[in-house]
Amino acid sequence: MQFDQILQYTLSGLSTGAIYALIGIGFSIIYNATGIINFAQGEFVMLGGLLTLSCLNVLKLPLWAAIPCAIAVSTLVGILFERLAIRPLRHPTPINLVIITIGGSILLRGLAMLVWGKDTHSVPPFSGDAPIAIGGATILPQHIWILAITLIIIFINKIYFYHTISGKAMRACSYNRRAAGLVGIDVKRMVLFSFIISSAMGAVAGIIVAPLTMTAYDVGIMLGLKGFCAAIIGGMSSGLSTVIGGLILGVLESLGAGLISSGYKDAIAFIILLLILFFRPQGLFGKADSERV
Amino acid sequence: MNFKVMPFVMAAVTLLFSVNVFAAAPIRIGALFAVTGPAAFLGEPERNSAQMVVDEINRTGGVKGQKLELVVYDTSGDATKAVQLATKLIKDDKVVAIIGPSTTGETMAVIPVAERGHVPLISCSAGSKITDPVKRWVFKTAQNDSLAVGRIYEYLQKTGQTKVSILTVSDGFGASGREQLKSQAAKYGITIVSDDTYGPKDTDMTAQLTKMRGTNTQAIICWGTNPGPAVIAKNVRQLGIKTPLFMSHGVSSKKFIELAGDSAEGIKIPSGKVVVADMLPASDKQKKSLMAFVRDYKKHYSAEGDHFGGHAWDAIMLIRNAINNGAGTAAAIRDQLESTRGFAGIGGTFNYSPQDHAGLGKDAFVLVEVKNKDWMIVK
Repeated sequence: MQFDQILQYTLSGLSTGAIYALIGIGFSIIYNATGIINFAQGEFVMLGGLLTLSCLNVLKLPLWAAIPCAIAVSTLVGILFERLAIRPLRHPTPINLVIITIGGSILLRGLAMLVWGKDTHSVPPFSGDAPIAIGGATILPQHIWILAITLIIIFINKIYFYHTISGKAMRACSYNRRAAGLVGIDVKRMVLFSFIISSAMGAVAGIIVAPLTMTAYDVGIMLGLKGFCAAIIGGMSSGLSTVIGGLILGVLESLGAGLISSGYKDAIAFIILLLILFFRPQGLFGKADSERV
Repeated sequence: MNFKVMPFVMAAVTLLFSVNVFAAAPIRIGALFAVTGPAAFLGEPERNSAQMVVDEINRTGGVKGQKLELVVYDTSGDATKAVQLATKLIKDDKVVAIIGPSTTGETMAVIPVAERGHVPLISCSAGSKITDPVKRWVFKTAQNDSLAVGRIYEYLQKTGQTKVSILTVSDGFGASGREQLKSQAAKYGITIVSDDTYGPKDTDMTAQLTKMRGTNTQAIICWGTNPGPAVIAKNVRQLGIKTPLFMSHGVSSKKFIELAGDSAEGIKIPSGKVVVADMLPASDKQKKSLMAFVRDYKKHYSAEGDHFGGHAWDAIMLIRNAINNGAGTAAAIRDQLESTRGFAGIGGTFNYSPQDHAGLGKDAFVLVEVKNKDWMIVK
């Protein structure tokens, strides 16, 4: 096995993994603030890509304006989702909430199918598509965008959760909701915040990946599941462990497809998911009480 | 009022109405298409095309003075649903023929229903096992995968490229293509040096392609439907692979070129003639049908007609011809279908016979190449 092949597998895996990581963090933020696994997370990835497309083609905006516009609209959808579907529940049980998010995801997907049709759409790359050679491997400029934007988002996340009042309040909610409420934190508002942040992050993931993978009304399902795997590997932390979880997943998938058999690519992800759930439900890096933000 | 004449008046009125009803009773044709769900890219153009031909036929006076009525049901690509709906078409709607379903899996499930109900079924899916062995009531209009594979292998043999890598999608379409690619290779003196698959929703195939780059392959054949092949085209370009890339007829539409962009240039595929209709010589027997189909589709739906829609177009036209030749019942339509000779449709020139219910020859496919964002016939 040649070195440049391994390098190519790793680089491809890292860029796919970065996307899984972004989606995974979206899962964990909501989980930590509310205890819900938001299965509609993948749909925000879909919305990000498709809304960018509409901003470009229908509103004729340039790319730099289309992206914030798409993020803003997706975030709005996230807010509406929280207001209309999550908040009205008086005494929600986890199973209620999970089913609501699954229902929400089917609804969003159905609406997207009506609005954008069933076809796959392509989104132009941010800065050309001339391949860049690294050693014996090649990547596209878009891959660099993906890695860079993922890093920036993780950095901003860190600052928000550790150095702002509302970030700290959100962490407090994740440790103990009742105690947080007692010291005067508006828990409901924090829940709304968590939906805002994660829908925006899902949309960003959808936008930066769309030029590579193209987008359609149903891309959210598989990407959502992979993001969920990443979050599980990272022990549902909204910090570095989920990012590493995503990257590990991406690289293993890519190496598995290249070195073992491409038929087992998805199986690899789900076997890892099951193994982690069986043997280390607190995540790969978690102590029993992990950094839960 | 003379009550003695009443019965006659009544009878006359009844007769008048019944004749009227007779003349107005349309001939019902059933259609099962996967308009929603994963195979919607097949079902939607098929439904559109079928409805379009029926409307056109009715607008010009119907068949032998009788209108056609299309009863369409959406199977969402689900075989169980397809079977239920096929039964409904036969039992409740009393159709004289059924066109569809869109996928091979659904068709195989529906075949026993059509056979038991004695209703001709014209499938729009490609699997060769649908008409092999021949089933009395089952026909198909989609070209067999084996013909498409044959077209590529013929070209490879001619140009002396004998070592190929295959990359097929892990669904029914890819599995059937993979089977054909492997079974026909020896016949054309071709060796498969690398055999890989990818998932229908995969977003990055560089791993498989990197593996192929490491072998001595002379051509890469990818078998799938959008969007996978477009991703593969982009990945090939990213990796700087110079090996010629072939794809299946599953991507033969403008949509593929739109998705893959510049990366599509130079890719060759076997395709039904519909994508190159205007480039065909006037001597081509199919040209008239093709141009009519493309023109009508554009007019009705302001979109490009593709060869999936063509399968439904062919199916309706075959039934129309059968009725035109005097067939009124399901059994008579079946017999007329079987004796169809030289019908130049969208998918090719159909010659059905008691031994052959697929009806198409190798000329159904042309090898086309993407040049300047359009399909060109490879000479």
